[in-house]
Amino acid sequence: MGLLSKKDAKLITDPLADNNPITIQVLGICSALAVTAELKPSIVMAVSVMFVLAMGSTVISLIRNIIPSKIRIIVQLVVVATLVIIVDQILKAFAYELSKQLSVFVGLIITNCIIMGRFEAFALANGPWKSFLDGIGNSAGYGIILIIVGFFRELLGSGSLLGYKVLGDAIEKTGVYAYGYENNGFMLLAPMALITIGIIIWVQRSRNTSLIEHN
Amino acid sequence: MEHIELFFKSIFIDNMIFATFLGMCSYLAVSKKVATAVGLGAAVIFVLAITVPLNWLLDVYLLKDGALVWLGPEYAEYDLSFLSFIMFIATIATMVQLVEIIVEKFAPALYNSLGIFLPLIAVNCAILGGSLFMQSREIQTLGLAFNYGISSGIGWFLAILAIAAIREKIRYSHVPPPLRGLGITFIITGLMAIGFMSFGGMLTGGDEEEASKEQTTVVKQIVVKKDAIDIAKNETEITK
Repeated sequence: MGLLSKKDAKLITDPLADNNPITIQVLGICSALAVTAELKPSIVMAVSVMFVLAMGSTVISLIRNIIPSKIRIIVQLVVVATLVIIVDQILKAFAYELSKQLSVFVGLIITNCIIMGRFEAFALANGPWKSFLDGIGNSAGYGIILIIVGFFRELLGSGSLLGYKVLGDAIEKTGVYAYGYENNGFMLLAPMALITIGIIIWVQRSRNTSLIEHN
Repeated sequence: MEHIELFFKSIFIDNMIFATFLGMCSYLAVSKKVATAVGLGAAVIFVLAITVPLNWLLDVYLLKDGALVWLGPEYAEYDLSFLSFIMFIATIATMVQLVEIIVEKFAPALYNSLGIFLPLIAVNCAILGGSLFMQSREIQTLGLAFNYGISSGIGWFLAILAIAAIREKIRYSHVPPPLRGLGITFIITGLMAIGFMSFGGMLTGGDEEEASKEQTTVVKQIVVKKDAIDIAKNETEITK
């Protein structure tokens, strides 16, 4: 690792597990839950957030010394909104079906707490390169949870991954369906996203007991 | 009729928390005590009731395809809807600041109870989500937009109140240590969302097909009764 010093590498690897934005910092839950019924929108969402957060952190960090602290929220919102408009226009141009499926949740990246949270907590106090790495790391941590949830919900809910029927055909009874397996349609509904994340948190905290909350 | 339908639909069927997951961050972070939850919930209702109609006006007279036609026929071709994110969030951020200043000046008592929550609200997904859903669901009149703002706010308020009450009680029960705090809150919210899904069929009696009018009125009456029962149930749950 000649490119990254140990400290810089930690900025990327830390948010992947022990300081994960969703399960530990409790940031950016809204979109994590709403778009994960299938794997494909989850991946697109993760990539969009990564773009917005990495670029936004760099920009905010570059101008951090000239932003008056009283109006910094509005400045941050304008930077994020501009980046999100770029993402939205690109999605509409190249993946129209997908952008219909994501509907308002692309726009809601603006108020995604991860973005504002990382700006406030990191980009306003650190240099551009570090902020960029922090942005990449946190959005990767967010993306991992999204992809895990999307993977299980699509696999158990509709028996497919990225649209390919990996478990066989449910109507013609091929693959595992020949042995009487049924899709659990409930996984596709909203509440199961919450319960899936709850279970992820459970697994993570029982593996790493120092994360357990005491109250 | 339209108003009543939208009102109950946004509170129960399209509940911001349980159906669309908007404003989850503050919902999870501020629901440890009932008192603070009430404060935040009230602030959300307040801000939604102001920003949704305002953004409706912006959308209809500035942003929509052909919305600028009131300036003259040569402007009829403009479509500024790609600017809606930035316009909406700017409106919300300024309105929140403005409301904060006005409330501080004229109602210090209200300011003390809402005060700390108001700045947080600018970045609450529920507020921007309210405006974006208002746009994508093509709400027709200003009155309906106002109604939509208030009723989705009430839905959010009910949700945070209920979870705060449950979280206060759950402290006395034996939860597996790794699930304590965040984990169990997620799972409870999921279970509550399953409960709220049962409202799903509530208003479809009149929506889907053009059934004869008598039938729909009967259905509506039953629905309203069912609402009353459910609200009563909710209240007992909350008071418990």
